[in-house]
Amino acid sequence: MRQVYADNAATTAVSPSVLEAMLPYFSEYYGNPSSLHSYGQKTAAAMDEARATIAHCLGCRPGELYITSGGTEADNWAIASTARLSARKGKKHLITTKFEHHALLHTMEEMEKEGFTVTYLDVHEDGLIRLEELAEAIRPDTALVSIMYANNEIGTIQPIAEIGKLCREKEVYFHTDAVQAAGHLPINVEEQSIDMLSLSAHKFYGPKGVGVLYCRRTVPIYNLIYGGGQERGKRPGTENPAAIVGMAVALKEACEAMATDMPRVAALRDKLIAGLLAIPRSRLNGHPVKRLPGNANFAFEGIEGESLLLSLDLKGIAASSGSACTSGSLDPSHVLLAIGLTHEVAHGSLRLSLSHYNTEEDVDYILAETPAIVANLRSISPVWERLMNEKE
Amino acid sequence: MAYSEKVMDHFSHPRNVGKMDDADGIGEVGNARCGDIMKMYIKVDDGVISDVSFNTFGCASAIATSSIATEMIKGKPIGEALALTNRAVVEALDGLPPAKIHCSVLAEQAVKSAIVDYYNRNGIDYDKEEFALCDDCEHCQLD
Repeated sequence: MRQVYADNAATTAVSPSVLEAMLPYFSEYYGNPSSLHSYGQKTAAAMDEARATIAHCLGCRPGELYITSGGTEADNWAIASTARLSARKGKKHLITTKFEHHALLHTMEEMEKEGFTVTYLDVHEDGLIRLEELAEAIRPDTALVSIMYANNEIGTIQPIAEIGKLCREKEVYFHTDAVQAAGHLPINVEEQSIDMLSLSAHKFYGPKGVGVLYCRRTVPIYNLIYGGGQERGKRPGTENPAAIVGMAVALKEACEAMATDMPRVAALRDKLIAGLLAIPRSRLNGHPVKRLPGNANFAFEGIEGESLLLSLDLKGIAASSGSACTSGSLDPSHVLLAIGLTHEVAHGSLRLSLSHYNTEEDVDYILAETPAIVANLRSISPVWERLMNEKE
Repeated sequence: MAYSEKVMDHFSHPRNVGKMDDADGIGEVGNARCGDIMKMYIKVDDGVISDVSFNTFGCASAIATSSIATEMIKGKPIGEALALTNRAVVEALDGLPPAKIHCSVLAEQAVKSAIVDYYNRNGIDYDKEEFALCDDCEHCQLD
């Protein structure tokens, strides 16, 4: 049976060249980068080079990067640090959107408990914020605006440069969670007026457990954890040189290949979208064009997402769903509810996320298998029966 | 969260599936808002459930619990079908993940709901206490 991995928004395979670049740093060059001897200096030099590579990809200075354990830590750190430091100046208002990743939303909830007021911007049916609504929401006491670059579920891409420009004009810090965007969409923190940015290596063919918080040199930041002098004392703990080198190689490869990979992946995505839209009572969630090259998010009325997901898995297709059953709560995805889907429809959602490893044969296979699975689940669904009766 | 082989078997090959046009009792429990609806059809001959079928909107465990519940009551006297507990359904499936236990409750409720419908249609008295139906189930107490 054909195996198709179409859950690249969850995580990607480490690329062979990334793995190769990482391997020497486990048992050959294993010195602690903080050590002065040649063992340590070897890994310290490799990390410096990695840092320079990442900085080049983002358009910033190496000294503006802090290596973290991943996107979640970077998001937590950016929000909590900026909020608490701004509070000292009397700024206790934060702005974000309703459909951020939980790393963001749950940090915001903690800030609310600490006495901050948070404005959650609507993302409208197309999954995009409105700049005028952001402009209206900014107050004299607003400390930070945090808006994700591209959404992890429906893939919509926000107008980051315009948001950055607006925040700069209003003298408010701007953070973006670019976990889904890094390596897939162009990023330049200068041109896009980004003050802080989170990314995670495993979303662009790098290893898991490592990420970056970019923090502009003019933005103050304070420690979440305390220890030695690593990351200029801001994020202590012995570094993971293999992971950091792997992340740099992965980001460099992804950025260099972007111009050729992205149109190819987007073409596969568009074929997938067109094919799935041919299924009756299906809808594409998110913006038709302003979306990640690999992201196709669908809702199929009358069926439940987890059943669909597991049925696809039995055919060798790995996908994801925003149904409550896959989230471990009673409510379906907050992202799908934020763009106005009803609970019923949101339960029947399916996210397929392609990477540059996917082929046209993969898409053809998904399109060959999915309609029958949807039809089969609908044939035993009382909700579908009701929908069909209403139609008559 | 992993499903047992038994759950996956009943999910991918559900038994007694489909609408029954000449059912003597039909029960429907759950709601689409929280992601599960089970509809159960029974045929009753001489106090025995001679045939049973179901339609379910829901996750794999909702489909599997409905499927195995139909197997467990088919050919059984009504009294025995009424004694079906969600615990028995879970055991028959070699267990369910904790977050999915409510699916087994729904299956038990669907059976009871179909029998109540049969009683109502035939003017048979029953002890309402015995039938704490889905409206009382916390799972669906949303809004």
